[in-house]
Amino acid sequence: MAIGVTTTPEKSKPSGSIMNDPQVRGIFYQVITVVILVALVYWIADNTIQNLKRANIASGYGFLNGRAGFDVGQSLIAYTSDSTYGRALVVGFFNTLLVAVTGIITATIIGFVVGIGRLSHNWLIAKLSLAYVEVFRNIPPLLVIFFWYSGVLAVLPQPRESAALPLNIFLNNRGIAFPKPVFGDGSQYVFYTFVIAVIASFFLARYARIKQEATGQRFPLLWTVLGLVIGLPLLAFLATGSPITFDVPVAGKFNLTGGSVIGPEFLSLFLALSFYTAAFIAEIVRAGIRGVSKGQSEAAHALGVRPGLTTRLVVVPQAMRIIIPPLTSQYLNLTKNSSLAIAIGYADLVAVGGTILNQTGQAIEVVSIWIIVYLSLSLTTSLLMNWFNARMALVER
Amino acid sequence: MARRILTALVGAAVMGIGAHAASAATLDDVKAKGFVQCGVNTGLAGFAAPDASGNWSGFDVDYCKAIAAAIFADGTKVKYTPTSAKERFPALQSGEVDVLARNTTWTINRDTALGFNFRPVNYYDGQGFMVRKGLNVKSALELSGAAVCVQTGTTTELNLADYFKSNNLQYNPVVFEKLEEVNAAYDAGRCDVYTTDQSGLYSLRLTLSKPDDHMILPEIISKEPLGPAVRQGDDQWFDIVSWVHYALIQAEEFGVTQANVEEMKKSPNPDVQRFLGVEADSKIGTDIGLTNEWAVNIIKAVGNYGEVFDRNIGAGSPLKIERGLNALWSKGGIQYAPPVR
Ligand SMILES: N[C@@H](CCC(=O)N[C@@H](CS)C(=O)NCC(=O)O)C(=O)O
Repeated sequence: MAIGVTTTPEKSKPSGSIMNDPQVRGIFYQVITVVILVALVYWIADNTIQNLKRANIASGYGFLNGRAGFDVGQSLIAYTSDSTYGRALVVGFFNTLLVAVTGIITATIIGFVVGIGRLSHNWLIAKLSLAYVEVFRNIPPLLVIFFWYSGVLAVLPQPRESAALPLNIFLNNRGIAFPKPVFGDGSQYVFYTFVIAVIASFFLARYARIKQEATGQRFPLLWTVLGLVIGLPLLAFLATGSPITFDVPVAGKFNLTGGSVIGPEFLSLFLALSFYTAAFIAEIVRAGIRGVSKGQSEAAHALGVRPGLTTRLVVVPQAMRIIIPPLTSQYLNLTKNSSLAIAIGYADLVAVGGTILNQTGQAIEVVSIWIIVYLSLSLTTSLLMNWFNARMALVER
Repeated sequence: MARRILTALVGAAVMGIGAHAASAATLDDVKAKGFVQCGVNTGLAGFAAPDASGNWSGFDVDYCKAIAAAIFADGTKVKYTPTSAKERFPALQSGEVDVLARNTTWTINRDTALGFNFRPVNYYDGQGFMVRKGLNVKSALELSGAAVCVQTGTTTELNLADYFKSNNLQYNPVVFEKLEEVNAAYDAGRCDVYTTDQSGLYSLRLTLSKPDDHMILPEIISKEPLGPAVRQGDDQWFDIVSWVHYALIQAEEFGVTQANVEEMKKSPNPDVQRFLGVEADSKIGTDIGLTNEWAVNIIKAVGNYGEVFDRNIGAGSPLKIERGLNALWSKGGIQYAPPVR
């Protein structure tokens, strides 16, 4: 591209035409490129507006305030057909976010387990991990989604024959139904104590680190924190007279009623995205660990550090530096792949937007919203990961 | 770089020209390319479905053929674009198809904001519900709490929301974009109820693994006047598409059929003579941009409205739909054509 020309290191003497000066020529080409680009964008935009007008198609973002008129299967926020199109889009956005965040967390966990499994000295574990990676990495994600969806629908029982699991959890082809907590009077104290416990644990962790750095003594952090976070709210719960009750699913005419339900659409999309992306993450993790020179763990062993601790304190932190950048692009992939939701009727941003696009005919507006939202999601993810990467980077002392 | 700019320029230019062509006289474009590009659904037996060798047939398909016959005196000069409920409107707006004959409901929103024109209703329909017989449901009012399968981008999903809301019933919508996905989900028991136009239900029921286990509930919850749609701004094309339907109705009213159309040209009835273009100095076809034989050509290609109905969705088809509202106005229905004169 023309832009590369500017960085020519040497200045050649101007001989004859000014255009022979690489610097001038570079700037000249860049200006031309920008002018053409701007003109092109303007021309396309203008043409689009003219054509929409000629075709008598309404335009503008005003439609977002109109009544949606359709229902959405799953929503994290209050939504009815009386809500606006704008709110319907927000519902879709949260659904996208939900599947992306839960998918990223699960894919990371599976990916790390499988990636480390591939390096295992245990033959069976190593081969199983290899098989996992090869199977999931080589199937298009859409097929993985269909696989889970038809699998879920075909294997799970009809609602009238729901499988009853412990803790009043039920499984059928309408999803997983589980008891929904009902927060009565006084339950806010349980919540407050929980928050206090979390904050306390945070300070405790700092204290433990400082103490270990100063004295070398290790503090039983895990158990103390667990005790705090579970124990304190439990105490509050008992003290306020058990204000939290559970709404348990019971058999209704068509399906179970009451409780909360996670539908098969979310389940299969979530499982498919997690399993699919985990295969790539596993390879990244394996490469990352391999990338840490052997001398590092040998040195740790020589110092008498136990193997588990060696992995945790010596190998993984160094491997992370290799892992994080490609991991970021896997997270971005997962988020973008979540738009395949439309194939199985999960109400994500693309599905809901598509419905709106069709009911209102505002194609350009809806598509522009999609682009902006996905772009912002991706940029935010990148920013977070860059920040994380900077924190993990080698700190030279 | 230069190469890339060039490609972009060419691409943009094509876009501009394409959009321009779409707003020009559609009839001239169609004549120039030699066929009608017809938007149909992706496969709804009886309305539009391809057979194993890719030949389309159905009620909507016959409308495409009739339009082609009116223009080219040849009902085969059609190319079909299968569209899902969601794809159909952009396809028509962008000029990818010349006409949409795809069980599309005429609504004010589509007629105005989306930039389309509707006039004749070729099938008066209404939205219905299908359930498994085993549920022992006798009326839609007993459906509270049910999971309902529905296709997105339809009037169906809007009527559904309104109906359940106004009757204070709860439901769980399961929304898909493609027809096969809705069918598969309903067949697999993901939903208790399938809702769409009643005509569609008759057709879809036959594609289920056990059609006899399912029944259609008596309630009709909406008006679904289905008809061909065209883009706004081309009155001549709009007239042609409209009058193709009226010609089919008129032919049934006059008793002109695919078999007797040549015979009927000799009819002493001046109305029939004018309709079939044998009246001296007739301009009945040329005024609309076609030949005077246009009605004859339509009838030769597909028969009259009654024949099209019977063959595809009525008594002569597996669907066995009654004429009902779609009987001629003179026979208790509301199908009616303005006079051809
Ligand atoms: N008449 C309604 C519904 C039309 C419609 O799309 N019906 C579905 C279900 S019967 C259909 O034909 N789908 C065929 C397809 O998507 O290919 C409308 O115009 O919105």
